[in-house]
Amino acid sequence: MNAALVIFLLFVGLVLGLSFWLGRKARDAKGYYAAHGQIPWFVNGIAFAGDYLSAASFLGICGMIALAGYDGFLYSIGYLAGWVVALFVVAEPIKRLGRFTFADALDAKFDSRGIKVAAAVSTLVVSVFYLIPQMVGAGAVMKALLHWDHVYGVMTVGVVVIAIVVTAGMVSTTWVQFIKGSLLVLLCTVLAGMILHRGLSVTPPGAEDRPFKPFVSIPADQVGASDLVPEEGAWKGKPYVRVRDEQGIVRVWRLDGGRLFETQTVTVAGGKTTVNGVELSANQKPKDLLRPVGNVSALPGGVSETGSLSPAGFLTAMQDSTVVAWGSEDIVEDAAGTPGAKTTVYFQKQVSGAKIMQPGMGMFKGLDDPTHKTIGGDGPYRNMEVGTVKKLDFFSLLLALFAGTASLPHILIRYYTVKDQAAARKSTVVGIAAIGFFYVLTLIIGLGAMTSGVLDLTDPKGNMAAPLLAHSFGNLFFALISAIAFTTILGTVSGLIMAASGAIVHDLMTGFMKMQIDDHRKVLYGKIVAVFVGVVAMVLGVLFEALNPTFLVGWAFSIAASANLPSLIMLLFWKGTTKQGITWAIIVGMVTSLTWILLSADTYKGVYHSTSTPLVPFSQPGIVTIPLGFVVLIVVSLLTKKSVRQGPPTPVLAV
Amino acid sequence: MSDAIKTDAQADEADARRSARIGLVLFLLYMALYAGFACLAAFHPEQMSKRPFGGVNVAIWYGMTLIVSPLLLATIYLLMCWRRSAP
Repeated sequence: MNAALVIFLLFVGLVLGLSFWLGRKARDAKGYYAAHGQIPWFVNGIAFAGDYLSAASFLGICGMIALAGYDGFLYSIGYLAGWVVALFVVAEPIKRLGRFTFADALDAKFDSRGIKVAAAVSTLVVSVFYLIPQMVGAGAVMKALLHWDHVYGVMTVGVVVIAIVVTAGMVSTTWVQFIKGSLLVLLCTVLAGMILHRGLSVTPPGAEDRPFKPFVSIPADQVGASDLVPEEGAWKGKPYVRVRDEQGIVRVWRLDGGRLFETQTVTVAGGKTTVNGVELSANQKPKDLLRPVGNVSALPGGVSETGSLSPAGFLTAMQDSTVVAWGSEDIVEDAAGTPGAKTTVYFQKQVSGAKIMQPGMGMFKGLDDPTHKTIGGDGPYRNMEVGTVKKLDFFSLLLALFAGTASLPHILIRYYTVKDQAAARKSTVVGIAAIGFFYVLTLIIGLGAMTSGVLDLTDPKGNMAAPLLAHSFGNLFFALISAIAFTTILGTVSGLIMAASGAIVHDLMTGFMKMQIDDHRKVLYGKIVAVFVGVVAMVLGVLFEALNPTFLVGWAFSIAASANLPSLIMLLFWKGTTKQGITWAIIVGMVTSLTWILLSADTYKGVYHSTSTPLVPFSQPGIVTIPLGFVVLIVVSLLTKKSVRQGPPTPVLAV
Repeated sequence: MSDAIKTDAQADEADARRSARIGLVLFLLYMALYAGFACLAAFHPEQMSKRPFGGVNVAIWYGMTLIVSPLLLATIYLLMCWRRSAP
């Protein structure tokens, strides 16, 4: 592990050293908040990739594809599609109208304090929702690589990011993002190449220190009755058979079609944890004893390994394979067994590759449900059909991802770091090329993680899938990929803190509160705010350790899209837009999407750990709250039309 | 204010309008492609598993098209904007 630490420190040191050196001069406010507007377009384009490809993209998507197949890949598609809106609709007007922040552009022809405060608050809300998962991800990566406590991982990222931002603001942030963006795409290309070179095998190697051992099945009649543990209590009626082996260790098998399939179990009883029948020692965690999972059980043509594959060959082979996926069930024993003993049984599921390679295996299971089954329960939506709900959820997510990218404040401020509109255009194209290429790679990397015998059953969201996959190519590569994951987080967090500090100093202090701040002070206050936001991010990162990164990033996208997109679009395309219309659209979009999320099934399950019926029928708010933002803007604008006519005529970009 | 500055500003405005118009057309084109994908996945999932060519199914082909086509559209956009704003 020492070699890993050295590589990690070297790598991170290199990235930071280069960024500080390249970003050593940023004196005035334009330098601090917009890198003097002099970043070359190509560098800015790659920095877009570095800014955008966050922990959710790298760790989250790879993990989701590893566990849910194509359903995870839908995020890749949506995240990239959003750039089409950014390039064709938003980029040039934003650059033309604004100076430092997204509120600048919205407010350019109104000079309204209402717009400034609404846009600044929405920037802060979105940035904070985006910050939490990055910090949580940082803790997770440091824990996996260096076995640090979550708190230390979070604090390290916080301190380093504050150092980056305070040194030279947007200049050093840009260079960190540029270097990280290039390295991320480069290393992922290498990783994908190694996966294709290795090909698929029914006995993948697993990691160096955790080799993969295939899971077996035996005919049910091979087990003697004397070895069976009687079926009693909570185990009654379950498809599990408990068998005592020669050493007296009780293992659980799943009975299916006359055969017994090996399972893995974690039992917690009376403060003691037992994994697969063996008790954990004091400093062990369940994942130390659980065997790594994830393999192909049958390959096309009945071969046991394919050898090197082309990208198309790899995808075709996946479609024609059978993959062992894992399900889990909790069995809580009462009276008859040990009081309160809870056993989590992880069991094998044979899934056809064809099913993995199209939508509907993971979170959109039931999308194609033809049975007209209703949700049931006692909620207000019990009569809605499962298929309908899933379809709405699906459309809603695709819409939020499509509309969200172009509304993210930390992405929008990157348009102010280049010289002019032509440079903004060119750098977006470079960004699209780099980001698109990365998302193509995620499919291969995710499927590689699914089949390399490295997955950890106690990581139910798969956040560690990519680093664990890298582990199967050796410790060195694991250290490199972990270092990349760490710098990935640094780059995105720096951008978010810059967006938040711009919103507070530029929009709230000088814009809304009309404070007279000279150029020098504006930089100083920006740095103070950056330290403050950084500390808040650290605290939240520690508090929300248990939350899944992708989950929160999805929220941030929904809120950004609902609050910001209607105003951006209508401002550009409708002459009748008024300042009150924009202000209310932002407020209503932000509040309704946030409320919807807090009342949805995902939050009930993931955050409140509640089983009661959620108040909204599906989890993704976008399909309701984005159109609502447009409606509010139009209605309020029509109602307040008069006040605009009194002002001077304003040029509007007509199409 | 000199006439030269005014003309420049007008030319900028005209340029911005032109690129916005091109952008909107390309945006609508892509949106149709994206909406088509969403509808196909939701209403005709059986089509997604067909394998038209190359042994790879429609879901993968369509998904990859959605990821790769923005670069193509963006290049078209760059070329069109560049040609128009050239004197």
